[in-house]
Amino acid sequence: MSGESQRLPVSTDQDVVRVRQLVRTLSVAVKLSLVDQTKLVTAASELARNTLVYGGGGEVVVARVQNERRAGIRIVFADQGPGIADLELALTDGYTTGGGLGLGLSGARRLVDEFEIDTEPGKGTTITVTKWCR
Amino acid sequence: MPLSSDEASRFADLLKEHGESLTTRWTELVANGLRGRLSSTELRRQIEELRKGFEQALRAGSVHLTDEASAELRAQLSELSGHRARQGFNATETAISVYALKDAVLEVLDNGTDNGGLRDYVAFSSFVDRAALFTFDSYVQVREALIADQAEQLLELSTPVVKLWEGVVAVPLVGTLDSARAQVVMERLLQTLVDTGSPYAIIDITGVPAVDTQVAQHILKTVVAARLMGADCIISGIRPQIAQTIVALGIEFGDIATKASLADALRYVLGKTGNRSLSGKRTER
Repeated sequence: MSGESQRLPVSTDQDVVRVRQLVRTLSVAVKLSLVDQTKLVTAASELARNTLVYGGGGEVVVARVQNERRAGIRIVFADQGPGIADLELALTDGYTTGGGLGLGLSGARRLVDEFEIDTEPGKGTTITVTKWCR
Repeated sequence: MPLSSDEASRFADLLKEHGESLTTRWTELVANGLRGRLSSTELRRQIEELRKGFEQALRAGSVHLTDEASAELRAQLSELSGHRARQGFNATETAISVYALKDAVLEVLDNGTDNGGLRDYVAFSSFVDRAALFTFDSYVQVREALIADQAEQLLELSTPVVKLWEGVVAVPLVGTLDSARAQVVMERLLQTLVDTGSPYAIIDITGVPAVDTQVAQHILKTVVAARLMGADCIISGIRPQIAQTIVALGIEFGDIATKASLADALRYVLGKTGNRSLSGKRTER
């Protein structure tokens, strides 16, 4: 497990675009396939926007990771927002407390290989996702 | 420290008495900073006006830059920084136009006329500092306005609605589709539908790098709005990786026709209409 990591603040819509660009650049660098690049970039876009809209802003850390066999990208989205009260409900397709389609969180989980969520009401939310090269 | 009204009037006297030499020296100092990118006659005119502005403000008993008596001076300063910002000078080069007054005054004081000494100079200096800071603020505001203007121009540039065929309009989307752009696209498309009387619209997303739920939602809303106006929408330019991502995300486009390429979409529309003339307008002629 090693590799450089980059940290980006998320407090405006432009920051979400920056996160997307950084994830795309690193995905190309670790040679993810085109489909996996697009999936990871889209997942990052969803989660970064959640950090902004529901978490009230936060930060994103993007890192290259390596296990015995494969390289990959790990992204951590952290905010100090209100947290998620009912995780099961939040991960249900079509459920939203905002004005979206309700597919961001559940959809992002399907787009990546590993998905971890750590949240507590009033204490913020941290989501860690990983995508490995095939 | 603020100026006393006494000091203010002494400085007004100084600015008047040594007007000629101050303006000359001041202009020289500023010209050095701007490295000849502004003609010296033009610069001298600006500086002379600024000197008069300072003189009048101080004469009128202004002790703070925010005073009523300084209104004229403030207007001059914002105009100056607006000019500099639009001509592409940087913030330092803009602020130096004001700061140089201090050096010029110091040199005049050095040249003999003992006009009150250090205390006066320090007080006057802080007045000039505030004027320079004000210039800096105005400079930043003008630059921000310029950037906002450019962003808006970019928005306009990047969202054309083109007529592909009689009765078929197309919107080639390129780049990031955020809420502001989605709004512009929708307005343009709906207006073009009315203007051309087209029953078909093709939204091409070949140039959109990632289709997430927000982008999909914007596109869906545009399609629904176009349908309300009686036009059919086809979404084209769905590449393999985008298709797989959309499926994984769980986005459903329902009964909206989608095609891999713009050519497919046009063929589909023409096939549907049996290649007849599509426009309501034409049959009226």
